[in-house]
Amino acid sequence: MKAASSLGKRQMSQLDEAIATYRDQPGPLIPVLQKAQEIFGYLPLEAMKHIAKELRVPASRLFGVATFYAQFSFKPRGKHTILSCQGTACHVRGGAKILEEMKRELKVEAGDTTQDGRFTLEKVYCIGCCSLAPAIIIDETAYGKLTPERVKEVLGKY
Amino acid sequence: MTVADLEKIRKRTRTFDEVKAGQVHVVVGMNTCGIASGARETLQSFRDGMKRRGISGKVFQTGCIGMCFEEPLVDIIQPGRPRVTYRHVDADKVERILEEHVEAGGLVGEWALAQFPNGASPLEGVPLYRELPYNSKQQKIVLRKCGFIDPESIDQYIATDGYFALAKALSQMTPEQVIEEVLGSGLRGRGGAGFPTGLKWRATRQAPGSPKYIVCNADEGDPGAFMDRSVLEGDPHSVLEGMLIAGYAIGAQEAYIYVRAEYPVAVRRLQHAIAQAKDYGLIGERILGTDFSFDIKIKMGAGAFVCGEETALLASIEGKRGMPRPRPPFPAQSGLWGKPTNINNVETYSNVPAIVFNGASWYSSFGTENSKGTKVFCITGKVKNSGLIEVPMGIKLREVIFDIGGGILQDKAFKAVQTGGPSGGVLPESLLELPVDYQELAKAGSIMGSGGVVVMDETTCMADVARYFLTFTQSESCGKCTPCREGLQRMYQILDRICKGQGHEGDVEELEELARSIKDASLCGLGQTAPNPVLTVLRYFREEVEAHISQRRCPAGVCPALVRYEIDPQKCKACGICRKKCPAEAIEGAPKVIHRIIQEKCVKCGTCYEVCPTKFSAVYKV
Repeated sequence: MKAASSLGKRQMSQLDEAIATYRDQPGPLIPVLQKAQEIFGYLPLEAMKHIAKELRVPASRLFGVATFYAQFSFKPRGKHTILSCQGTACHVRGGAKILEEMKRELKVEAGDTTQDGRFTLEKVYCIGCCSLAPAIIIDETAYGKLTPERVKEVLGKY
Repeated sequence: MTVADLEKIRKRTRTFDEVKAGQVHVVVGMNTCGIASGARETLQSFRDGMKRRGISGKVFQTGCIGMCFEEPLVDIIQPGRPRVTYRHVDADKVERILEEHVEAGGLVGEWALAQFPNGASPLEGVPLYRELPYNSKQQKIVLRKCGFIDPESIDQYIATDGYFALAKALSQMTPEQVIEEVLGSGLRGRGGAGFPTGLKWRATRQAPGSPKYIVCNADEGDPGAFMDRSVLEGDPHSVLEGMLIAGYAIGAQEAYIYVRAEYPVAVRRLQHAIAQAKDYGLIGERILGTDFSFDIKIKMGAGAFVCGEETALLASIEGKRGMPRPRPPFPAQSGLWGKPTNINNVETYSNVPAIVFNGASWYSSFGTENSKGTKVFCITGKVKNSGLIEVPMGIKLREVIFDIGGGILQDKAFKAVQTGGPSGGVLPESLLELPVDYQELAKAGSIMGSGGVVVMDETTCMADVARYFLTFTQSESCGKCTPCREGLQRMYQILDRICKGQGHEGDVEELEELARSIKDASLCGLGQTAPNPVLTVLRYFREEVEAHISQRRCPAGVCPALVRYEIDPQKCKACGICRKKCPAEAIEGAPKVIHRIIQEKCVKCGTCYEVCPTKFSAVYKV
């Protein structure tokens, strides 16, 4: 495992800033973890140890919180994040077929990152675009009314 | 800021409809659905086009007006002319609207959806907004400003009587009177459980301990539901005002809004609204010159469905794993950091200003005996008009689906409607006359829930739907109670094998047995209600599930293991469409050579079935 310093000085000082901001507020763990994930793109082990030490909580508690919530990832993520919606409206309008097609096209399982590090494919329940079902979000852009054969075209934009 | 200052802002602020002579107001729907349909580009094109053409006026953004299926929606307002709503306004339609409608004073009839006469004589051939089938049965209280104000302008909120309910409460009512008013309105919690809001407020007020907290549950996790997102995006100040009134009534000075991180637009608008309200002194110390002080903070959720449960939500705000705890003590007695806490959801708070402003008897004049007022629903799935609606309680499901929703996509046959998300149930056609009311829905085995209404047609497999909800609930179970953690997985496994054609006799009975135990022995609402979708499927669609087991057949032709696609050589015209569209390259054939599906390669995605031209209809399911 890399040493804390190899995470980048600037990133670590950003993390320290976040810790300083939330340290004295009630319930600091989740906001600090959210900031850390924003800074590093995921939660590196060294950053987790650092947070636990600075906030004076056992690492086990910090990991307990981080593993509970779907938002947190312990693996580096791809350049683009695809959220494939499997909400009810998407499900009845063929959302599973869209996910299957993306899995086949990108050769990854849901939750994983492609070998070239371009995409992380996530399965989510409801992105609130039900009227555009079946829908996906890539980074911050939503694509609606998809069909399996349109998947390639959409992915091709990235 | 005093009440007199509020009055000044109300007088001086221009609403969308108040346009200066010679100017135009363009209003673009900029909620998530609109943005996903290209509204941001449309808005920019209007700005650019007006500048280039030298048209004087303003381009506004607004929240969700409800007709997601017509997005991007644009309203054009000019003095002395009816306000016209245009539908599907992509950026490339902007020039023609500017030229023909705005400059030439005409109308682009084929894109016009509706009009508001605004005192002018109505245009011919364009329906009135109020008379559109989608709108005529709606009654908007919560959504009354969504689509009619700029959600990022506190002045426009004030101009439409915003914060005057707070002013009324603070200057003319005691906290007890506010609680009596809310109690008298009959308002019940809109998050799903339907507990009377006034009773909750009273319990929190009377509970010993201080400080007291106000919490807003904006962790809208039900798949198929986006009511709260739409309110936060379209009218965030109504939620803040409701929370302020609750704070005054209960005697709290601090509040949290727990909002999903998956709603970036809503979070941004909320942050903006809080900053504006602070700037005006409507959040802060000695509000409107009284002794009442109040602060509102945002807490971002981190992606856990169970955090919609109130005790789990409180644990999450405290920075812990979001696991529910037994009640009592209820949050009203011992909530956030062990202090008395009032939790309501977005829609509940958003109702409060209207109730205080117009009075309890006005509010309770809407709805049924036991369910007063209105309810916001998201109507989605296999329905023509998919969007956001607000209807009086007691409206029939049939009216919601067929009159407002416009019926089933492609005029297929209706099969079921799902209300209440993963905690609710599926209801068959025989129950379409059911009035939407807390008691009536519960009697039928479903619940009102937060407001997702997902419509299913004849091509939906109900065994697959039951399995779908379990996929969701078993992965979202927090794991604290064994019956929920293990039982839902067992139920999922049984339904999974049924859908794969490997079910055996006794499976249905075992599902029912497990469902009963999970309902009885789980601590929180998630476990207690998670079996509902399965139980209602077994109650109303038992034969369909049994066909999967006894005949190894999926009557709706959905479950891949039980379906095979074939091409009828008599009907195939070798057009090649299916071969080109097949994602698995599982179709062989050539021009003028009849096509054939290679079953070993087929992934059963159904693309060939969907793309085969209707005039041939050569692909069939067996």
